[in-house]
Amino acid sequence: MSTVVYIPNDSAAISIGADQVAALVAQEAVKRSLKVTIVRNGTRGALWLETLIEVSTPQGRIAYGPVQPEDVSSLFDADFLNGGAHPLALGLTDQIAWFAGQDRVTYRRVGIIDPLSLKDYEAHGGLVGLRKAVKQSGADIVAEVTASGLRGRGGAGFPAGIKWKTVLDAKADQKYVCCNADEGDSGTFADRILIEADPFTLIEGMAIAAVAVGATEGFVYLRSEYPTAIKRLCDAIDIAKSAGVIGSSVLGSAHAFNLEVRVGAGSYVCGEETAMLESLEGKRGVIRSKPPLPAIAGLFGKPTIINNVLTLASVPAILADGAGAYAARGTGRSLGTQVFQLAGNIARGGIIETAFGITLETLVKTFGGGTLSGKPLRAIQIGGPLGAYFNSSQLNVSMDYESLAAAGGMLGHGGVVLFDDNVDLAQQAKFAMEFCALESCGKCTPCRLGSTRGAETIEKIISGVDVPANKLLLLDLCEVMTDGSLCAMGGLTPLPVKSAMNNFPEDFTGGAKK
Amino acid sequence: MAKLWGSFRMSYPSWSIEEGTQVLSSLKNVQGPVLIALQAIQERFGYVHDEAVSLIAETFNVSRADVHGVLTYYHDLRTTPSPVRLIQICVAEACQAVGSRDLVAAVEKKLGKKIDQSYADVEIKSAYCFGNCALGPAAMVDGQLMGRASVEKITA
Repeated sequence: MSTVVYIPNDSAAISIGADQVAALVAQEAVKRSLKVTIVRNGTRGALWLETLIEVSTPQGRIAYGPVQPEDVSSLFDADFLNGGAHPLALGLTDQIAWFAGQDRVTYRRVGIIDPLSLKDYEAHGGLVGLRKAVKQSGADIVAEVTASGLRGRGGAGFPAGIKWKTVLDAKADQKYVCCNADEGDSGTFADRILIEADPFTLIEGMAIAAVAVGATEGFVYLRSEYPTAIKRLCDAIDIAKSAGVIGSSVLGSAHAFNLEVRVGAGSYVCGEETAMLESLEGKRGVIRSKPPLPAIAGLFGKPTIINNVLTLASVPAILADGAGAYAARGTGRSLGTQVFQLAGNIARGGIIETAFGITLETLVKTFGGGTLSGKPLRAIQIGGPLGAYFNSSQLNVSMDYESLAAAGGMLGHGGVVLFDDNVDLAQQAKFAMEFCALESCGKCTPCRLGSTRGAETIEKIISGVDVPANKLLLLDLCEVMTDGSLCAMGGLTPLPVKSAMNNFPEDFTGGAKK
Repeated sequence: MAKLWGSFRMSYPSWSIEEGTQVLSSLKNVQGPVLIALQAIQERFGYVHDEAVSLIAETFNVSRADVHGVLTYYHDLRTTPSPVRLIQICVAEACQAVGSRDLVAAVEKKLGKKIDQSYADVEIKSAYCFGNCALGPAAMVDGQLMGRASVEKITA
C-alpha cells in the first residue's frame, strides 16, 4: 500500500526549499523501495514550520517540520512514513496548539486539499454553497450574505450584502463581478495563499455573487508579483469550466458565468477599487471620484460587484453553513472570522484565522511567539503601509474594525508586522511618505506633492533642523492630505506617520536617538 | 485571452514589427486592450520597443498618447531591453523589519551596482511585497522567489 505524504507547493514554502524536499522524498522512497504518493497541497499557513511534511496515518495526518533538504534521509531512517519519532516530529497536525487555537472558516480547506483537485474540493465541502445558490432567488442569496454580517475584507469593511443589493437592484444589460486580488500591502499574503491553496473556493464565491446579482462576466485582478498564484488560478478556472462549474451554465442552471484573470503591472494604487477598474479597462490606474459608485457604474460603466479575495472566499462557507453560523462568531459589528497574517520580525509567522475580538497580544505573543531576532518587540504595524504603528504598551487592543479605529488605527487587510528595537520610527514615517510619492496616481495634489514634501520634512526632523516647527508643519500637511485626497492612498498615508509621532515621540526629537 | 504571468527569462527575441503584429493579433477581441497589449509585447520581447507604441495605437484605434500614458504609468513595464539577470529585493515594511535595507546595501556592494538603475548584465530592483512576509527578507532572483534571502544566496 502506498503512503500519502503531503508537501506544500505554496510559493513561500518553495522559496525556502519545498521543491527540493519533495524531490528528495521521491528519490529516497525509490531508493528504499517504499511506495509513497506525494500530494502537493497548499501551505497550512504555519510558514514558520515550512517545509512542513505531513504523513497520512490511520490516526490522522502527522506533521514533521521545518524540514530542510538534509533532513529527508533521517526522516526515512526514523520511519516517518509510519509516524516514527524524530526531532522534527510535531504529532498530529490538528493537535499542534498553533492550529488548534484557530477557527478556520474561510480557510477551512487551505493546506488540507490538493489545490487543483475538484474531487478533493468537493470531498471537503466544496460546491455546497453554489449548489444551494443556483436554486435560490438573487434576493434570497443577498439576504443570506447580509444576515451573515460579512464586511469587506480588503480593508474598507463595507457590508458585502448591501453592496450586492445595490448591484442586484441596478437595471443593466450587463453586470460584472470583479475580485480585487491586488494584495499590495506589505505584511499581507492571505489572498495569495488562498488562491494557491484553494482556488476553487474563490471561483465558487465569485460564481455565487454572479448568480445572486445576475452578472455573467467576472474578472480577477491579480498582481504580477504573484506568478504562482496566477498560474494556479488560471489552471483552476480551466478545470472549473470543463467540469461545468462555471461557463455557459453554472452547475447546469440557467446562469452563465465566464471568469478571466487579468494581471496587474506593479502599481500599488490599483488595489484601490476605482483605480483597479481603470486598470482592468487597460488604462492608467488613476482613481475615479465617487459617486457614481462602482455598484451602479463600475467596469465599462456597468453595475459591478468589487470584493476582495477573502470576502468572496468567505461566501461559500456562509451559504453552506447558513448566515447564523457565521454571524455567531465575532464581536459587535465585526462578525465572522478574520484571516490575520503575522509577518515581519516574527518567530512564528503565518496565517491565523479566528473570530474577531482576539487581542493583539494573543496574536503576537501566544501565536506569533514574539520577535524572530529574540530582541524586545518595539513596534507593530497593523493593516499594511497605510496602517498605524502601535507600541508595545498597546497590545491589549481588540482586533476588530471598531476597536482598532478607536485606538487610532485600522484593520486594513489584517496584516500584522512586528519590529524589534532596531526600528527607527522616524525612518518608517519617512518611508510611508516616500512610498506614497512613488505610488500616488497623481490625481489629487495633496497626495501627489504632499507626500514628497512630507518625506523632506521628516528628513529635516531626523537631521535636527528646526524640529518643533517642522513637526507642526508635518501635522498640518497630514491634515491636508487626509482631508484633500479622494482615496486611501493620500488619505491614509498620514496614519502611519501620525501614529509613529504619537506612539514613539522619542524618535522625533531630531537625531538624538541611538 | 493570453495568459500572462510576467515570468522572467534570461533571453528574449529581438523586437520586430512582424512578430509584434502577430502577438497583438491574438488580442483583437479583448475589451480595454492597451495594458494587456503592452504586457504581451513585454512578455515576448522583454521590453516595449518605441515602435510597439505606434503599432498598438494603430491596431486598437487609440492615440499614441494613450498608449504612452499607460506604458509610463506602470512600474512593471520597461522601455529598455531586459537585463540578463534580474534581482528584485523587497524593500517594504515587513522585509525592512528583518533587515532588507542592509541586504540591499550588501548586494549593491558585492555586485558593484546601484539599485533601480539600468544595466545590461545584472539589475537590482526594489520590489514592494511578494507576499512572503513571514519568511523575509524576500527576493526574486531571475523569476524565482527566495525566502530568508541573504547576500550569499542572492549572488550564488
